[in-house]
Amino acid sequence: MREFAFQPTARIDQAVQAHASDAGAAFIAGGTTLIDLVKLDVMRPARLVDVSRLPLDDVERLDDGRLRIGATVTNTDLAHHPLVTEHYPLLSQALLSGASTQLRNMATTAGNVMQRTRCPYFRDVAAACNKRQRGSGCDALHGINRMHAVLGVSEHCIATHPSDMCVAMAALGATLTLEGPNGTREMAFGDFHRLPADRPDLEHELEEGELITHVTLDTPVEGAGSHYLKLRERASYEFALASAGAVVAVKDGTIDEARLALGGVGTKPWRAVEAEKALRDQPAETATFERAAEVAMRGAIPREHNAFKIPLARQAIARALSRAVAASVNR
Amino acid sequence: METQTRVIGHRTPRVDGEYKLTGKADYTVDWQAEAMLYGYPVPASIAHGNLVALHLEEALAMPGVVEIFYDGNFPELSRSPNSMAHQDQVSEVRLPFEDSRIHYAGQYVALVVAESFEQARAAAQAVRAEYRQDAGAIGSLLDSEADGQPLEAKRQVRGDADGAFEQAPVKLDQTYSIAAESHMQMEPHATLAEWRDNRLIVHESTQGVIYQQKAMARVFGLAEEDVEVISHYIGSGFGNKLFMWPHAVATVAAARELGRPVKTVLPRQQDMTCGGNRPASRQRLRLAADEQGKLLSIHHDSATETSLVHTFVDAIGSVSPSLYACDNVAISQHLLEVNHGTPCPMRGPGETSGIFALECAMDELAIALNMDPLELRRRHDSRDDPAKGLPWSSKHLDACYDSAARRFGWARRDPVVGSMTEGDEILGWGMATSSWFAGRQPCAARVELRADGSIMAACGTQDIGTGTYTVIAQTVAELTGVAIEHIEVRLGESSLPAGPLSGGSMATATTLPAVAKAVRAAIDELKEVATAENGAFAGADPETLTLEDGALLDEQGKRASFSEILTDHKLGSVNGDGDTAPGDERKQYSFRSFGAHFVEVRWDPGISRIRVARVVSSFDIGRAINPATARNQVEGSIVMGIGMGLLEKLEYDPRDARLINNNYSDYIVTCHADMPEIDVELLDNPDYAFNEFGARGVGEIGLTGVAPAIANAVHHATGKRIRDLPITIDKLLAD
Repeated sequence: MREFAFQPTARIDQAVQAHASDAGAAFIAGGTTLIDLVKLDVMRPARLVDVSRLPLDDVERLDDGRLRIGATVTNTDLAHHPLVTEHYPLLSQALLSGASTQLRNMATTAGNVMQRTRCPYFRDVAAACNKRQRGSGCDALHGINRMHAVLGVSEHCIATHPSDMCVAMAALGATLTLEGPNGTREMAFGDFHRLPADRPDLEHELEEGELITHVTLDTPVEGAGSHYLKLRERASYEFALASAGAVVAVKDGTIDEARLALGGVGTKPWRAVEAEKALRDQPAETATFERAAEVAMRGAIPREHNAFKIPLARQAIARALSRAVAASVNR
Repeated sequence: METQTRVIGHRTPRVDGEYKLTGKADYTVDWQAEAMLYGYPVPASIAHGNLVALHLEEALAMPGVVEIFYDGNFPELSRSPNSMAHQDQVSEVRLPFEDSRIHYAGQYVALVVAESFEQARAAAQAVRAEYRQDAGAIGSLLDSEADGQPLEAKRQVRGDADGAFEQAPVKLDQTYSIAAESHMQMEPHATLAEWRDNRLIVHESTQGVIYQQKAMARVFGLAEEDVEVISHYIGSGFGNKLFMWPHAVATVAAARELGRPVKTVLPRQQDMTCGGNRPASRQRLRLAADEQGKLLSIHHDSATETSLVHTFVDAIGSVSPSLYACDNVAISQHLLEVNHGTPCPMRGPGETSGIFALECAMDELAIALNMDPLELRRRHDSRDDPAKGLPWSSKHLDACYDSAARRFGWARRDPVVGSMTEGDEILGWGMATSSWFAGRQPCAARVELRADGSIMAACGTQDIGTGTYTVIAQTVAELTGVAIEHIEVRLGESSLPAGPLSGGSMATATTLPAVAKAVRAAIDELKEVATAENGAFAGADPETLTLEDGALLDEQGKRASFSEILTDHKLGSVNGDGDTAPGDERKQYSFRSFGAHFVEVRWDPGISRIRVARVVSSFDIGRAINPATARNQVEGSIVMGIGMGLLEKLEYDPRDARLINNNYSDYIVTCHADMPEIDVELLDNPDYAFNEFGARGVGEIGLTGVAPAIANAVHHATGKRIRDLPITIDKLLAD
């Protein structure tokens, strides 16, 4: 680990200022991704701006019914927050399916939005990786790519976005509040993460010095049930091979509203918009779910070792939808 | 010799448990020495080629960096002769920085030594190496068509296996493969080297203090007496800490050159590339039977891996001639050199892999015969070792089958694939036989009866987490009647009387007889003292004295405690030495442990999820000295076996032979949430032909048979016969 400056901050403007004034700066909160990557020599920040003590640890219901989550609320606290378990059980489920208790105790909400990929070639400084080093190539394309993405991929990068929390947020709909040197702005969650295209090194829309201060969830879908299903080899502490987060409201046997997002298969938290369309106003039955699963995975591009993720994701989608429908009907 | 025991054979809490729970246990990685420096190896980033240049300027200029060692800046040393007989076997005969040749990715090209661990690591990352890479690196046997060199020493033949196979009406011919696995022990390899007045003191996380002492003496040209290897506690080893690795040599050399203690703790990534692995294997099984299900022929032809810098042969076919009654058997093995770190023994080495293939093949044969797979095995349970023609010393495999099958509910099994359902899930039931050889090594021990009433027992072996401290304390307590809390056990120092490697499940059967002999010698000594002039039993015949609860009694019932006897004579202690070795018993009997695993998997075809739900096992291991720790060994083995069956695989990129999943996150082992219901029974049939305590050892047998029982259960649930471990989701999804 190379030496770096460590700068605690108490106010948001102070943190933004500290980051903006040093090109080698990185924000740190829980450090569950960053410290790992610093140890591996993948990230080499000269200055760590500690935002863990900023007054951003509240979860509150806004007057319009939305839920505003502070950037430093830990994954554990968020998963067990009564407003989350009551109104957004999908988010709670997704959070608890991720990482381990120890990691969730440290990991924060905004930190998880910023989680880096687990692509082994990204984490190995001796390998070629366009995400780590622009223009160096991609060893995953023709390497061992069993864990890699099939949706949103490019010829430059097939790294999977690893977060479970983000899958739930993509399905639920959310807005990010960004605080930067030029003031505050808001951005739809779905617009925040970028597809790799020809610049995999650019992972999101944050500008220099900008800090995520809040994630605000859309109002809960009326009458909906939800389900997060994560498929993997072992029962815990493993990244998804495929996961599906579904929110479905059923009226009289017909799907009134549906939200669907996928994890483990996309280069970003993957909202399956076309599949949602294929669900709306359709009978809440297996054939509908399977059709939606088919639609969701259209356009998937498999590589040598990850073709199995396409049928697996379809299974995750169909099962998650059927569980969400059951939860909706039981409400 | 059937006697009632008070301590041996009874559940006994680990005597070192408190130290482990409170952090007092001094693991190697925790050791600190005054003015200590930290070593951090620089791994090669290619697997095949030459190191052309090392650019050290940046690293040397970094804060805290003291020195960098490499080919060109490293002392001349000697290779260890690598002899098992002379106890100087090593894991890798090649010395670090011997030349510029690179044989595998991760091979050390330099060792950075700095004032702090972080500084050493940062500088190691700043070392820039230039290579000339050669084509044709082989990352895995399983990526290669070639099997390598035939091993004549591993060829075994009885009867006419070819002829019997040709003529048999029912035949099976299948190939099985197993990915290379990592030991994933909690404590990584670690060395702390300190030179004091030309004597070398090495703290090493090792399964063999004596072996490392001798190997160090050979490499550094020292008298064995001038090397002390210490390993009081080991955060497990599973075989990869049996023999010395190059990081230890590099660290000791660095400490000598720099005149300061140096500690190197391998980071997990390097532990996984340079600290041993279970080699991948490919096995072809040919079984033949008559229509009534009598085994007529077994062919077991296998290939395993070794590295280019060391020959390691995983004895993969060694159990096949002994497991079942069959007149015609042929075993062969090939060895392929590959470009990854040197393989080494891993829990149940060889036989765990071999039994996977054989037990899957038996299941397939049973299906071909339309016979219950348990019944097929029962019919071939033999009273003699078919490989040696000697009777088994004590074999109760039939009782294992009966008991485990009953507890599991095997009689309710519907053999039709996919027929047993529960909700969304399909149940699969499979079973397999387990076996592991029983061995003993020479051993010495010393016991000291002290005036304060306590007893010290010492042996130059080590406790690798299996409970060796506790079984030795139990033995002393049993033989003296002194309470276990007054017994001190000293292990893990090479200056103690020479004890065995902690390997091959031999430590218990090896050490206890030596400790017992030492106890008896010490008591004889005490009797001499007690019957001498002014003694408690002055003038009595020592032979007439008896022992009870830490005291001697004469025929009149007069009693004197050990402590009183010694105090009367102003003696601090009396000592007894004991050494033992295997005797002629191997001419009379064949020694092996047996068992059976029954496994239930649950398969949810709607989401392609496979989970092990239940494991019921019975084991015939002779006497379990401490049933608590013995059971723990089997349960732990089952957990490890689930990893082998469903999860674990070292992934070497076929393009360049580099390991890509070199960490706990990407190399998937079983986690808590995967724990099935585990029901382990240890039969209690002491094997007194083997040693006076009747113990055959239990550290490894539990792993054998788990993976094939899972594979057989997976077939029962899914109809898919996966012959390639691990059985991952992609294999079950494929049509």
